[in-house]
Amino acid sequence: MIHKPHVDWFALAPSLSLLAASGLLLLVAVLVPRRPRRPVSATLAFAGFVAAGIWAAFLDARSPDAAALVHDAMWRDRWGALAQVILAGSGAVAVLLSYGERMRDEHVAEYYSLLAAAGAGMVFFVQAANLMTLFLGLEWFSIALYVLTAIDIDLVGSLEAGLKYLVVGAVGSATLLFGSGLVYGITGQLSFDRIAQAGHPHDAMLVVGLAMVIAGLAFKASAAPFHMWTPDAYQGSPTPVTAFMASATKIAALVVTYRVLTTAFPHDEHLWRWAMAVIACVSLAWGNIGALVQRNVKRILAYSSVSHAGFMLIAVAAANQIGERALLYYLIPYAAMSLGAFGVVAARERELRAPVTLRNLAGFGWERPFLGVAMWVFMLGMLGFPLTGGFIGKFYVFAAAYRHGWWWLIVAGVIATMISAYYYLGIVRAMYFRDAAELQLAPAGGSPPREIVLTVGVAIALVVTVGSFFAVQPLIDVAQSAAKALPL
Amino acid sequence: MHWLTTILIVLPVAGAVLVAAAPLTTYWLGSLAALLSLIEVGVWITCASKFDFGRGGLQLDQRASWFTDLHVSWHVGQYAFSLWLVGMTVVVMAACTIYGWWVGRDRGRAYFALMLLLTGAIVGVFTAQDLLLFYAFFEAMLIPLYVLIGVWGGSERLRATLTFVVYTVVGSLLMLAAIVVFGLQQGTFDMTQMGTSTSTWLFLGFVVAFAIKSPLFPLHGWLPITYRESPAEVSAVLSGVVGKAGLYGLLRIAIPFFPQPVHDWRVVLLVLASISLVYGSLLAFRAPDFRGVVMYSSLAQAGLIVLGLFAGNRLGFDGAVLQIVNHALVSTALFLLAGMVERRTGTRGEFALLGGMARGRPALATVIMTVGVISLAVPLSTTFAGEFLILAGVFQQGWAWAVIGAAAIVLAAMYMVRAISAVLHQRVGPAVSESALDLRLGELAIVVPLVLCLLGLSAWPNLVSGHAASTSKPGWTAYAP
Repeated sequence: MIHKPHVDWFALAPSLSLLAASGLLLLVAVLVPRRPRRPVSATLAFAGFVAAGIWAAFLDARSPDAAALVHDAMWRDRWGALAQVILAGSGAVAVLLSYGERMRDEHVAEYYSLLAAAGAGMVFFVQAANLMTLFLGLEWFSIALYVLTAIDIDLVGSLEAGLKYLVVGAVGSATLLFGSGLVYGITGQLSFDRIAQAGHPHDAMLVVGLAMVIAGLAFKASAAPFHMWTPDAYQGSPTPVTAFMASATKIAALVVTYRVLTTAFPHDEHLWRWAMAVIACVSLAWGNIGALVQRNVKRILAYSSVSHAGFMLIAVAAANQIGERALLYYLIPYAAMSLGAFGVVAARERELRAPVTLRNLAGFGWERPFLGVAMWVFMLGMLGFPLTGGFIGKFYVFAAAYRHGWWWLIVAGVIATMISAYYYLGIVRAMYFRDAAELQLAPAGGSPPREIVLTVGVAIALVVTVGSFFAVQPLIDVAQSAAKALPL
Repeated sequence: MHWLTTILIVLPVAGAVLVAAAPLTTYWLGSLAALLSLIEVGVWITCASKFDFGRGGLQLDQRASWFTDLHVSWHVGQYAFSLWLVGMTVVVMAACTIYGWWVGRDRGRAYFALMLLLTGAIVGVFTAQDLLLFYAFFEAMLIPLYVLIGVWGGSERLRATLTFVVYTVVGSLLMLAAIVVFGLQQGTFDMTQMGTSTSTWLFLGFVVAFAIKSPLFPLHGWLPITYRESPAEVSAVLSGVVGKAGLYGLLRIAIPFFPQPVHDWRVVLLVLASISLVYGSLLAFRAPDFRGVVMYSSLAQAGLIVLGLFAGNRLGFDGAVLQIVNHALVSTALFLLAGMVERRTGTRGEFALLGGMARGRPALATVIMTVGVISLAVPLSTTFAGEFLILAGVFQQGWAWAVIGAAAIVLAAMYMVRAISAVLHQRVGPAVSESALDLRLGELAIVVPLVLCLLGLSAWPNLVSGHAASTSKPGWTAYAP
């Protein structure tokens, strides 16, 4: 008889509910007639994400102490659970943004199914406790995202984006796998905490393995110099998919990066601290300078997401108590801002039936007051201006860097923010300071209908962005208790 | 615990949300905004009546924890000098909001909401007692200003916003870095509990930000284009109160928390202030337009006030606070008058096109004359009192500074008399037609209260200068918390 490990189904509930939604959606694709298929699929996917979020919230409440699951393959702890809540929230908003997207009816259920599957993969990924589950989770959501990127075959550049993402992503995954192999070869262990026990500091092979693991994860977090796929994939994908990738993938990758580094490689701490600091600085520089010359708003936001990875990696590099809080806190407004910003871009795209550039944003703020103000707030938030959580996030990141004694990271962050003012405010300028009449835009097909569902999604993002500025204490409390699950 | 200061901040912000959402026509939105800005003045009068000048210290304060692990809180309150700065802010903002209503700015909903938001942010800057909160308000001022200039500004507005934002963002981010380091070193961000620091770098981080905002030579590069391209009332706000946030920052943060660096850098700052004063006055004398004169004179006045602040004694501080209030009122009145003249003549205020406007326009002539004469610090005026105190204060640092200051007063007389005569007297300018009317009742209702405030202060400047210190400690430390 085969020995079966004990399975804590409750701890797996978030990913299972999303998997269930994904499976049901595949049935919907076959069984539900074409007309109701779109609302039914969207509702089901939304329900899946909401259920995952609720389960994760329960999991967070009921897991004050970290525990290993399923033969030490996964962790049941607050670090993972909080990340799951944020991931599920991002997924739910992404569903709202997706609803109005023009896509063929025959693909709509598959689209949502893949979205739920990607969500399930990420939710699984952040609980990973050994190298196998790490790689499994990574591939799981990556494959779903490769398909999602290329799903809209009518969209110009979508296939190209999918291919680029696939090729570069495969390189990233292979790097991670190779690195994991080296780490396993040296330590003979798979699970993170045993690697920590078995590893020796300054073991050259282990350091190479660590470097490759970091590189593999940095591909997913789209931190420079591992971000090459980001602008093209973000630009080519359907915008709601971009929104989901920009928020959820980055959350998952950063949360897991921090977990892996602190639990599996504490003995090489000073090495990965420096590596993270260098990657952070490169991301800040590359992301911000890259964004300066872009005209396409999705590309600007893609480069801006690279620079935000840089900011969050400052917190990872600091790797102290403030840093842990900073990372988890930062993720919340960041997810909201990027979802919201891409949501607004999606709205404009659907109006114009053309890619959104700075030029054809002209007058948007006056035509759509709510979306305009929302975009304004998201841009200010990304810039780190007050009245948005982005401000507090940056403040915490700087505080973490200072606590570690790396004040030069504050200088790097400050210079990056100065540069970023140009393009974030450039988007505000594009929306408000010129009249549409000046540019004689002709929206395709008359006045487009208002998209209630998308507006709701943007409104949720707006509330979170602004709300996280006021409700700092509760969020920090949650982050603090989540960070207790990690050894550092 | 006292709610009044919080109300003073929240009322205009809530008003902004109300204006942004209320289903009214532009005219009624404007009335609503005007009413709210007047209510704000009323709230300030209530504050002033509850303020106990004898007791000193922080009053009308309210504190609520924001996030505890880094010791940041919502802590607002007013010292005696903050009370005057807030007072001048609400009066200036009310005048400017009503001016915008009178002029009938298009896209009124956004315009009035932003003006109210700006009011809340500026009041917040002057009342925040937590360093991070101060920074949040300081940055928040930029948000409405950016759009106010970018949407309602002149033809070069895009370049103006870019210049303005580049300068201010660079300054304020340097300050953010300084704030993070300073606050974590002190273990709290509450300004009432912070001790002093000897770090020159932190001091410079703050001073650069404040010097850009004030503005102080050589960081005034954003000033010409921004003031010329903004709508008149936004220029008034910029020079009248937003610039004062920089001076307040020096007064409240840079000087009290960094005594040693202040001592080391005093001469440098006094030199820069003197250069601002003389250079600004000379530029004002050469300026080809009305607004140019007013904007360069505000550079000069900022220099004068910084002279007072770095005099390092009680007289200098008293004078600086009085002069901040005076200049806010004077420059607001002058910018609004410049706007009124520009509107009447369809020009951008070029002196070459103006002239002879006094004939047949008695109200305009009287008001411009009165404000102009007050602004050049004629004896018996409140500006004379302020400048005298500053010069007396800075004299104790060395007679040369006082000589420079006195020379600047002569220059002020030269540029202001030149401006008055170029607009009101001389030959009738080509752009001045019979259809350019005298000031209307509505316009008088905006400017005359400002003039009355100035006349009242001229009668009793001690109201401000004698009731500005926060404690009865000797010397400038009366202004330290």
